[in-house]
Amino acid sequence: MTQSCNESIGIMPFACIYVPNFPVAAALRAEPELRTRAVAILEGKPPLEIILAVNDQASRLGMAPGMTKPQAELCPELVLRPNSALQNSAAHAALLDCAQSFSPCVEDAACDTALLDLAGMESLLGPLPQIARALRDRAAALGLDAYIAVASNPDTAVLAARGLWGAGLCGAGTVARAAVTVIPPGEEADRLGSLPLQVLFADRVAGEEKKESDRLLETRLLEIQMLETLDRWGIRSLRALAALPEVALSERLGQPGLRLQQLARGAASRTLVPVEAPLIFEEAVELEYPIVLLEPLAFLLNRLLDQLCARLASRALAVQELHLTLSLENRPPFHQQSKISNPQFHRTLRLPLPMLDPKLFLKLLQLDLNAHPPGAPIVKILLAAEPARPRPGQAGLFLPPSPEPEKLELTLARLAALVGGNKVGALELLDTHHPEGFRLRRFMTASHHQPPKTKKTEKEKQEIKEVGTEELPEKEAKEHPAVTALRRFRPALRATVTLDEGQPAQVVCAKTKTIQGSVLWKAGPWRSSGDWWEREAWSRDEWDIALQNNAPQNASSISLYRLVHDLLEGAWFVEGTYD
Amino acid sequence: MVSAAAAQGRLFFSGADANPADVHPEVRALPDQRERTGTLGHFFPSTIKNHQSKILAGVTSASHLAVRPAPEMLSSGIAAINALTGGWPRGCLTEICGPASSGRTTLLLAALAAATRHGEFCVLVDASDALDPRSAADAGVELDRLLWVRCGEDAPQKLNQGCPISRASFAREVGTFSQPAFHLDRTGLKKTDFKENRSKETGLEKTRWKENRSEHRLEQALHATDLLLESGGFGLVVLDLSDLPPQQARRIPLTTWFRFRRAVENTSTVLLAIAQHPIAGSCSSLQLQLAPTNGPIHGWNNNPFAAGSLFPKPGHAHLLTGLEVTAELMRSRLERKPSRSTAAFASKTAWAG
Repeated sequence: MTQSCNESIGIMPFACIYVPNFPVAAALRAEPELRTRAVAILEGKPPLEIILAVNDQASRLGMAPGMTKPQAELCPELVLRPNSALQNSAAHAALLDCAQSFSPCVEDAACDTALLDLAGMESLLGPLPQIARALRDRAAALGLDAYIAVASNPDTAVLAARGLWGAGLCGAGTVARAAVTVIPPGEEADRLGSLPLQVLFADRVAGEEKKESDRLLETRLLEIQMLETLDRWGIRSLRALAALPEVALSERLGQPGLRLQQLARGAASRTLVPVEAPLIFEEAVELEYPIVLLEPLAFLLNRLLDQLCARLASRALAVQELHLTLSLENRPPFHQQSKISNPQFHRTLRLPLPMLDPKLFLKLLQLDLNAHPPGAPIVKILLAAEPARPRPGQAGLFLPPSPEPEKLELTLARLAALVGGNKVGALELLDTHHPEGFRLRRFMTASHHQPPKTKKTEKEKQEIKEVGTEELPEKEAKEHPAVTALRRFRPALRATVTLDEGQPAQVVCAKTKTIQGSVLWKAGPWRSSGDWWEREAWSRDEWDIALQNNAPQNASSISLYRLVHDLLEGAWFVEGTYD
Repeated sequence: MVSAAAAQGRLFFSGADANPADVHPEVRALPDQRERTGTLGHFFPSTIKNHQSKILAGVTSASHLAVRPAPEMLSSGIAAINALTGGWPRGCLTEICGPASSGRTTLLLAALAAATRHGEFCVLVDASDALDPRSAADAGVELDRLLWVRCGEDAPQKLNQGCPISRASFAREVGTFSQPAFHLDRTGLKKTDFKENRSKETGLEKTRWKENRSEHRLEQALHATDLLLESGGFGLVVLDLSDLPPQQARRIPLTTWFRFRRAVENTSTVLLAIAQHPIAGSCSSLQLQLAPTNGPIHGWNNNPFAAGSLFPKPGHAHLLTGLEVTAELMRSRLERKPSRSTAAFASKTAWAG
């Protein structure tokens, strides 16, 4: 399409995204490896299942909606899949995400159709043909093969998009067909004229039809009767319908007939009914056979994560939390009917920062499931993402390097799998005098993008200016003298202590030969107690003692230990060594 | 600086195009010859030789090793150690050795405190799960910036990717939970069977179980260090093997240390390994040996059991106020040569004031 065409287009262009054979498209989105094969979607309760929708390949094999399952099974090349409401809703949400990523004014026209207002978008996204191609590419990235039409009014855009697919279907032998069209203003009637009349009464999805009210069903019946009437008149294309005299048409078919004629001429005008697409990002897959191994589960999770991240990326969002829900197989005992629904297994992955890396999420989920296996075969997978705005790209130029959040998260998960989830993290001291009064919490670097706050006096600032650098290790070392550290034995080593006038004189630790001998020096006791109001009350006397080091390599040295007398239990323990 | 034309071994004189500054003096001194050759290019063998020599002078031969720049240093947090070594070198492996009560943990916490004060993120891979959080806080470590990896024997059982989702189904399929008896992992250490039935342990089995536990911890510590170095971004990574039996620490393959050294090379990470004896061999750029000075305790002369003490003082008359430590520089592969090889420093207990 030329630039002059874009300029000649009115000020209110509309685009329509149409996904033909929507149930098939939803199934193919969940199973992309079936794209080259003939696929049919079944609906109904066994054994009365009928074909709901088929793709082009299945059409070429002679399959059509309405055929029964036994008829379909006669074709060995045909892949049959049940109609999945979860997959359909996920594909519909993806369709709306695609539209919403281009324009804020989006109408949810049908399950398989989305309309969007492109007014003012040319200055942002380029000329209309370019926008149309970008829409098609975005839909393809979300796993949907869509047809895009741009026109000066919404109904024309819908008809053109459906007509594009219909034209392609007529010429099924041709390999390439246009998936994008832009109709300049004034040429609507000409461009729509060749389309068959059935485009005006496009098939709706069976699932949607069921939900319609009785009034809508009546309208649908009237439309079918009108189509039959027009067919008897020999009106089989939109051009023929557009050429009929208005008065005569009104006399015979009434206002609905005139409405159809306006649509055929591309002259119908209406305003869009915009919808605010909810920020619900869920992907699901129902399995034909239960999964019993983690490896095939990872393949499915990978696919779901790819789709989820593509949807989030199209909305410029990232993931803050991932919720994995697995429906587990509930196999009842022999000759007993199961009336209980399948048990659910939930796992939640909380991320310290919004991220959008499907590979990272997959690895984190794998590690999590390794540590917490579901415990039963899986029949359904539901993956939901809690969206959040992406984090700002750069922290500070002059800050010390810190671990990348994505890498760090994966490393922490791997470390948790290696040593245990409760053994990795940042320390947090508790408000208690208990010797082990601490807990581990999640290690995060996100809250530390600001440099450490150290108040500097004027004198220090002057010194920094004189030296020319902030590194003053000697000064710093003087200000922060070394503190004698204690190394704890976890658990504390039980010891046998010989007392002399109430003071430890000899210590024998049965578990280790290195902590044995006469006490060379001692200080104490230092008494402490706490939590007497709890069941975990503690009361103890601490002694700092010096013993000859019995290790063969360090026989001449002396080691300092902390000896503890548990006053409640009456036992002695070597709690640690000063080092 | 050599012009592009000279670098190609060609020199053209094309009248207006020729820049007199680019022309070799020898060439400029021969106007007649230039006239004779006309405005087309002309080669002079001597000119080519001169320019070739200039080019070769700027190229480092493959047989010469590049000079390794002096690494940046991270403050150790102790003035005496800074004076001795200049701090901890970034991108290098530093080893701190010493027996129990020789000040290794004191030095470790001082380094962590200094690094976290400067805004670095640090990791402590604690093979013995021996860190005392109160001591760390007293030493001035910003606990938010310290990642503590506590190695222990109650780690989750490793499951491979092909494992069943249900342990019960696994038991049905395989019939037992037995693991491979011996195989080498990435760390090069042997994994051995873990006996479930401890009630029948004999003395020999007890010893073996202890060894297995230490091996398991060591394996965890090395694997964790691998993961953390691969992740990158940490200013200080400490591998604390202080309580590990020396015979087991020596069994760490040298290739592990080479891998660690290679992982931190050209990064701003300081890798600190703490053990009782040197174990990293030539992989460590800096090696420090710590030992208590004379008596390890302040006021050791007040020893109540010392000879000649007729009236021994009670325990509460004493107070452990700190340690005195001597550090000896055993190895330094850095450019900066220390003027002396020993340094002494003292540490104070938190309650000494």
